[in-house]
Amino acid sequence: MATLELKNLRKTYLTEEIIKGVSLSIEDREFVVFVGPSGCGKSTLLRMIAGLEDISNGDLLIDGQRVNDIEPGHRGLAMVFQSYALYPHMNVYKNMEFGLKLAGMPEAERREKITAVAKTLQLETYLHHKPGQLSGGQRQRVAIGRAIVRNPKVFLFDEPLSNLDAALRGQMRVELASLHRKLGATTIYVTHDQVEAMTMADKIVVLQKGVVEQVGSPLELYHHPRNMFVAKFIGSPPMNFLPATLIGREHSSSIIEFASGSSMHVPVYSSAVAEGSKVTVGIRPEHIEVVEAGEGSGKVEVVERLGALTLLHIRLANGQLIVVQTDGSDTSEIDSRVGLHLPSEHCHIFAEDGLAFEALNRHPLAA
Amino acid sequence: MAFKVNCGKQIAVTLLGWGVALWVFFPIFWMFLTGFKSEVQAVSTPPQLFFKPTLSSYAEVFERANYWHFTINTVLVSVIATGVALALAVPAAYSMAFMPSKRTRSTLLWMLSTRMLPSVGVLVPIYLLARNAHLLDTVLGLAIVDMLTNLPIVIWMLFTFFREVPAPILEAGRMDGASRWQEMTMVLLPLALPGIASTALLSLILCWNEAFWSLNLTSSNAAPLTAFIASFSSPEGLFFGKLSAASTLAVAPILVFGWFSQKQLVRGLTFGAVK
Repeated sequence: MATLELKNLRKTYLTEEIIKGVSLSIEDREFVVFVGPSGCGKSTLLRMIAGLEDISNGDLLIDGQRVNDIEPGHRGLAMVFQSYALYPHMNVYKNMEFGLKLAGMPEAERREKITAVAKTLQLETYLHHKPGQLSGGQRQRVAIGRAIVRNPKVFLFDEPLSNLDAALRGQMRVELASLHRKLGATTIYVTHDQVEAMTMADKIVVLQKGVVEQVGSPLELYHHPRNMFVAKFIGSPPMNFLPATLIGREHSSSIIEFASGSSMHVPVYSSAVAEGSKVTVGIRPEHIEVVEAGEGSGKVEVVERLGALTLLHIRLANGQLIVVQTDGSDTSEIDSRVGLHLPSEHCHIFAEDGLAFEALNRHPLAA
Repeated sequence: MAFKVNCGKQIAVTLLGWGVALWVFFPIFWMFLTGFKSEVQAVSTPPQLFFKPTLSSYAEVFERANYWHFTINTVLVSVIATGVALALAVPAAYSMAFMPSKRTRSTLLWMLSTRMLPSVGVLVPIYLLARNAHLLDTVLGLAIVDMLTNLPIVIWMLFTFFREVPAPILEAGRMDGASRWQEMTMVLLPLALPGIASTALLSLILCWNEAFWSLNLTSSNAAPLTAFIASFSSPEGLFFGKLSAASTLAVAPILVFGWFSQKQLVRGLTFGAVK
């Protein structure tokens, strides 16, 4: 049982504010991912929770108890670092034993725990190796094992997979997810990789410049981004944005018009914005359809065939380049002209300040 | 072609290396030879490379002065000064390397700048301080002064070595429940041991060879080996045989010590430059 409560956390370095008031509650057993571009403050926030960085302002509560002034080692947390940060002078066994020894656990109990964890992580044969003799994946396992043996209330992961090659990263991602299911411990995971965020998280926290942009389940963020930043950040290739004007409303849907003159009804509420305002229409590459004749058209400039799917980079009449995802058997050629259809139920509309208009219907998986 | 060019360059570098090494080593070699010459042979022109060795200079040196007394003083001063310097420098370098503040860089530079001051510039104040503290001609007094003169270099070296230890490893220790002290002793020190060893070594050598303060702050009781050598350059004239014998005796222990630890020493002296 471990819950975390971040109450308006702030961090100031010298005169610059890095974390600008983050409030968040994390439920017991929840897998929370902090995601954002580099420099967004996600690692700093994690380190503040860990106790490796001071909290300039605000309160951090673990299980309802304020821990701002408690030493990192006594907050009941364990952390896995990006660089693994194993003790190079100790073998695998001693690496895992270090924390237990400091906590004063008797020898027999230590041995029992380490043996059990080593078995779970398939490290039994490496217990007497030094970290330098292990591969990247094995070091990663030791780092995780060192965290697990301490039986922490909360696991903290700081970009743990970014030093691994692609194949191993995929494998470790699955292992981590199943490990979390097995241990059921509250976990906070920092990454800039949205695949990790989407696949592992119960709850994603999108950060930018020290501010929380949106908190929600992976599919909530995908289907109902709160603003343009989240819309662009979640999803790959990123969402396309087209300039348009709000020209009216009908049965609570909004009517927008593109510069080309074509208009469409989009099922979003627009009551907050005056008619005639400039808006931005967002649509994901996978939702645009290539048709004989549609609302728009363009010239194919680049074709990327990924096997299972094809990415078309299409230049529109207004000079804008958009990306459209079609299936792997698409036969479009470079320089050919194609018609485009934008299904209105997949369109997002953003006001000038970047905030999304609320959708009339929530996606069933993102309720 | 490339091979030939490379080969020629390598030969040139090798020759240069040997040349410099011999040039640096020659005075020590000559001192060593002169120690086994009689006083007449020692000053003869042309200098004699081949001669009948004699131990008379050594005999006289041992007769005139208590070599062991000086050696023990030097060892005591060097070990105490190095030990205390390390004890002070480890926490200082730790905080500078891992918890730098705005002024860390300038503090380091300022500390180093004190080394650029000629010692003689502070001779009078230090002498008066030592006299008033009753530390003149004591091993402790000399050790304190040696320790303080070497402290900037010791901190600098440790700082550089500590900086090579990745901070996340120490943070992992802190997450594992280590106190600052445990973090320093159980994680940092074992990792930085080679660096600490070469720092200690350099400090020992600097103390061993320190002459200015030895000559000015000690007379008989606490006189170290550098004073022992100086005592053989007498106003009645130089006796090169005895002077050489005394010098050889003075540098022999540290030379042997340095020989065995040359690997550490090279690493220590080229710190930062070679990874």
